[in-house]
Amino acid sequence: MSLLSDPRLAEAAGHLPDYLGNHLRVSLAALALGLAVSMPLAILARNRPVLRGALLAVASIVQTVPGLALLALFYPLLLALASLTLSWFGFDFSAFGFLPAMLALALYSMLPVLRNTITGLNGIDPALIEAAQGVGMTERQSLVSVELPLALPVIMAGIRTASVWVIGTATLSTPIGQTSLGNYIFAGLQTQNWVFVLFGCVAAAALALIVDQLLALLESGLALRRRVRAGLGGAGIAALVAAALVPALARTPSSYVVGAKTFTEQYVLAALITERLQAADLQATTRAGLGSSVIYEALASGDVDLYVDYSGTLWLNQFHQTSIEPREKLLTDLKALLAKQDITLFGTLGFENAYALVMPKKRAEALGIHSIADLVAHAPTLSIAGDYEFFSRPEWAALRKAYGLSFRMQRQMQPDFMYAAVASGDVDVIAGYTSDGLIAKYDLVTLDDPKQAIPPYDALLLLAPKRAQDEKLKAALKPLLDRIDIATMREANLRASGNDADSSPASVARWLWQKIGEH
Amino acid sequence: MTPALISYTHVSKRFGGGAVTAVNDVSLDVGTGEFLAVVGGSGSGKTTLLRLANRLIDADQGTITVEGEDVRALDPVGLRRRIGYVFQSGGLFPHLSVGDNIGVTPRLLGTRPSEIATRVDELLALVRLDGGGYRNRLPHELSGGQRQRVGVARALAAKPRIVLMDEPFGALDPLTRDALGEDYRALHKKLALTTVMITHDMTEALLLADRIAVMGGAKLLAQGTPAELSESREPYVLELMRTPRRQAERLNALLPGAGPP
Repeated sequence: MSLLSDPRLAEAAGHLPDYLGNHLRVSLAALALGLAVSMPLAILARNRPVLRGALLAVASIVQTVPGLALLALFYPLLLALASLTLSWFGFDFSAFGFLPAMLALALYSMLPVLRNTITGLNGIDPALIEAAQGVGMTERQSLVSVELPLALPVIMAGIRTASVWVIGTATLSTPIGQTSLGNYIFAGLQTQNWVFVLFGCVAAAALALIVDQLLALLESGLALRRRVRAGLGGAGIAALVAAALVPALARTPSSYVVGAKTFTEQYVLAALITERLQAADLQATTRAGLGSSVIYEALASGDVDLYVDYSGTLWLNQFHQTSIEPREKLLTDLKALLAKQDITLFGTLGFENAYALVMPKKRAEALGIHSIADLVAHAPTLSIAGDYEFFSRPEWAALRKAYGLSFRMQRQMQPDFMYAAVASGDVDVIAGYTSDGLIAKYDLVTLDDPKQAIPPYDALLLLAPKRAQDEKLKAALKPLLDRIDIATMREANLRASGNDADSSPASVARWLWQKIGEH
Repeated sequence: MTPALISYTHVSKRFGGGAVTAVNDVSLDVGTGEFLAVVGGSGSGKTTLLRLANRLIDADQGTITVEGEDVRALDPVGLRRRIGYVFQSGGLFPHLSVGDNIGVTPRLLGTRPSEIATRVDELLALVRLDGGGYRNRLPHELSGGQRQRVGVARALAAKPRIVLMDEPFGALDPLTRDALGEDYRALHKKLALTTVMITHDMTEALLLADRIAVMGGAKLLAQGTPAELSESREPYVLELMRTPRRQAERLNALLPGAGPP
């Protein structure tokens, strides 16, 4: 099947107005803010060597922070700030999505603008500045009508660099809740939907190129005094700004936001829930690719209305409980803990997605390993791989403590690649997810946990405080409760990790609904 | 002598925290309608002396008056708009057209655009750049001599009584320089200007100026008409005065028939 007739392409194109509009909005806002802050700073600093050095040093340091980390840092920062303003001034704001993304990106855009503006202004022939004084210009007049125009090519080069950086880096704002073209990339990477990944990359690159070329047009039009050219560049940019603003004005705030974390199962379940809500005539949108702690805070503050989490994750990570309790008891206690934050534990979906140590079945049999206890003796000669968070999670600490496990080497991997890696022998053991479809596909086995070091991980539907009494929502969700067993979820996950037209979260969600609807 | 339009009284200026003396106790009057040339080598303090008059530089000691007013009591920006200034090698703004360069001071003074346009045409004619569409050209599209003509037009745009010139023709080829000097001298007379011109070239000073001031080592060594200067007792001044004549004699000897009969 050719790429052009692939239904995933049509699905991707369907998201484009939303993703592109949001991407453009956050990028342009960040650039505008970045420019508004860094231009005056640069002008102020041009004759002050100490300030200049300090500014450039700070901006350079910011630049060395990876984009993803910078974006991630702004979330807790704003969250803390919001709780401060709430206790001091009686109001708070959403630390989710647009605000942290825009602030982080604005910070990111500052270095090239600062550096080029300072360089451009300091590179002007001193004789011309003297001439400006000599003909009777004030300092401000000299700056506006002589120095800035002369430095314009260098300044514009900085602005163009900043805009390309910001548009590129904005793809990383998906995990903190800002919809962007990165949604294609994050979703595509998780569900092995390469059409999505490619689509997102091409769209982001095209946007960056277009903005860059429009700025170039504007710049050369100004420099060469060609009104038409400058006008075209300016009009193009104005059109982009307008395009970014229109959907923001028309947005309906009343729709339900369904959150999803950054792995395949979450994409599928969010798609399923969104579809169910829409079937019940409720407006619903999916916000996928959110970080684990981001999504919980977003639910608590109402930026996300509902999502699926797992009992063990909440128990250990959110509430920092150290005791491991039996399944039912843990659920009851968890419900009480959640209720204290006004979050509704609406119910379980019926399956568990626990961490488990996973090996190829043949290898395990050959070594005589059935449980983690059997693994202990072999571990010092074996390597283990986990997802990006596993080795810093309490489960790993609990496992090592309970069994005295110690491996030769440990590696972090993209979750979807772990299973192939352990199947091919690149690593010996992985910390996999029990509901993952790839376990069956690669003929892997999950090792028993006789000491119950790993807590239960029932999939749970959580509702935001403001949805606690929403009976329409609850009625729409009710048919999903306790209907998805582990085998069904594994199959759904396997389907979603395929690289074909039926593997998009939406189509798998449709398959899943048919399957559980039959019961 | 006519009343002084610019007057320096015991003026001194040091740079670098007092380490370098640029102007040392100079007293000098420039009369109304006078063309004064200030002659001196590099580092003699002549350029500093010029810039003190429109407060591009402020004096450490002494008093400078312009049209009878102490410059320290005046707003420097307003003062500069009142005085024409011709920069070494033009000082034209490369991003502005010839017309915009010439009109810059009137625009700062709030003159109406239509008036500025008329004025620009007048000035272009005055410096013999009328015709040929110079008005919309950019400075880099002009020759050195044309640029300097634009520089002169810009200095005259706001109808100043005083024009300060910082080695205005120094970087030009001899023919252009000669023509431009003659043209400016005519303008000086026609517009009843008072001109102070810096130059390192005594021949130029002798040909253009009514009076000459000689600077050396930050001091004013001598001032007077060419005739008065030839009687100076300063060896440096005498040497400066003799050089053009000696050169002329050598040229006459080399090129028989070229000189006076």
